[in-house]
Amino acid sequence: MTSLPEPQPGAKKLGLVIDLDTCVGCHACATNCKEWNTSGHMAPLPDHNPYSAGAEGVWFNRVHSYEAGEGEAGRTVHFPRSCLHCEQPACVTVCPTGASYKRAEDGIVLVNTDICIGCQLCAWACPYGAREFDEDAGVMKKCTLCIDRIYNETIPEAQRVPACVATCPAQARHFGDLGDPDSAVSKLVAERGGIALMPELGYAPVNRYLPPRRRAPAPDPGPPRDPGPLPSQIKNPLLRWVDKVLSR
Amino acid sequence: MKPALSIVFFTVASGAGYGLLFWLGLLLPAGLLPMAGWFGVAGVAVALGLISAGLLSSLAHLGRPERAWRALSQWRSSWLSREGVAALATFAPAGVFFLALLAGREGVAAPAGLLAAVGAAATVYCTGMIYASLKPIRQWHHPLVVPGYLLFGAFTGAVLLALLAAAFGLGAGPALLAALLGAAGLALKRAYWASVDAGPPIATVESATGLGFIGRVRPLDPPHTETNYLLREMAFRIARVHAARLRRIVLSAGFMLPALLLVAAALFGGGGALLLTWAAALLALGGMLVERWLMFAEATHTVTLYYRGGSV
Ligand code: SF4
Ligand code: SF4
Repeated sequence: MTSLPEPQPGAKKLGLVIDLDTCVGCHACATNCKEWNTSGHMAPLPDHNPYSAGAEGVWFNRVHSYEAGEGEAGRTVHFPRSCLHCEQPACVTVCPTGASYKRAEDGIVLVNTDICIGCQLCAWACPYGAREFDEDAGVMKKCTLCIDRIYNETIPEAQRVPACVATCPAQARHFGDLGDPDSAVSKLVAERGGIALMPELGYAPVNRYLPPRRRAPAPDPGPPRDPGPLPSQIKNPLLRWVDKVLSR
Repeated sequence: MKPALSIVFFTVASGAGYGLLFWLGLLLPAGLLPMAGWFGVAGVAVALGLISAGLLSSLAHLGRPERAWRALSQWRSSWLSREGVAALATFAPAGVFFLALLAGREGVAAPAGLLAAVGAAATVYCTGMIYASLKPIRQWHHPLVVPGYLLFGAFTGAVLLALLAAAFGLGAGPALLAALLGAAGLALKRAYWASVDAGPPIATVESATGLGFIGRVRPLDPPHTETNYLLREMAFRIARVHAARLRRIVLSAGFMLPALLLVAAALFGGGGALLLTWAAALLALGGMLVERWLMFAEATHTVTLYYRGGSV
């Protein structure tokens, strides 16, 4: 059913919190996402020309890099982009078939690829570019928040987090219930002033991004050091040799 | 947005078909055009042919066309689903209208025609709403988009009605109606372009990334070196000069010339009128194809912010 479930107070809202301060832009999350999901709930994720020019395929997570600000205040920020499991997901309500749906129990937005007709209207309706079309199967695919990991009782409990979260070497990705104000992720968001992307469009994303911390200005290095004479300016060969040894 | 030819053709053909059906369903029962004879039968046949061709073409856009029937299920939330339901439902009174005209049963044809007219208008309204409800695309999420779909359908339908009326020697009324709608279409399209050109952006790369508090944001490295579905589908870009030229073509060839030709046809009448109306119809339909193509080509999607920065 593509009508949205009635919002319940205190309902679970599973989502990700991504720390833009610590993300190093290594693309490990994107790679592990592809690896897990190409054999997971929405498998396979096609690749075309994988080993030659024009390689492309379906990915649920894409890591951009931006420059923000100018001069000393400027920053390079790495920015993973994936489905935000919005609370007002028009990607769901536009779907004519009921293939797209938002789960009442945890807020995860999914596609039932068995009934999707591949009209691609949902991809147009998503402001964040989170949905990618599988041209081989003719159906839409998207991030599942690793529904086949987080509830998977056949894997060790510590691994029951999305693949992107499990693999991030900088621990820049956190997973949890953003509907519970006392959860670790909610506290992190409160503490760091986590933000929602493009709130002006009204999709009310669940995922939050933690902004890069403000850097303290670099310490004043003082006036430049006197570099001393160049070797060619030292006439005495002995002193020139001493200068060379000491300059090593 | 990438102009998918299947959708461009679908909306133009079915728009004109529903427009023609609307006018026939309205004007025949009203007694302004004759129920008897082959005029109505031919008209409804052309309308249903165009509608069916359009709907078939829209199936070509689906990844799994064999599952298309499933699109009828979510009319509670989805305008695409509502369009499908409305399109299918309209076939019933339209079919009865056609058969009743064929059988000369005017008492049945009149209510069926009126119902078909309502269905035609409702279907085109749903088509417009599919686009108008998409918030990430500023040029579509605009109050003049739905009136545009309705008016342009009514205009192209009226042009076809004028062509049929000329062929059957039924006087100049339909030609004048079409000319009037052409003038209205021209005004609406100009107002729409003026408004979208002056409209403020709906989002910026700063709000899309949340990094605006640091300063201006520029894309540095893309996530992938080759293209992908998002870029192909939603980052289609048309050069400003081409857009300006195509806009002029739409206004002149799509609305102005057909309207003038139709007025001339109404004034002159006779065999010349048929020729002029043919020219008007070809120009109007061709212009509408360009209009619909531009509607996609000029539309920008918020996902491009992540790749190109700036604002949309
Ligand atoms: S990010 Fe896009 S695909 Fe994900 S829930 Fe929001 S609108 Fe839907
Ligand atoms: S592509 Fe599939 S999931 Fe998306 S709107 Fe169409 S039917 Fe629904």
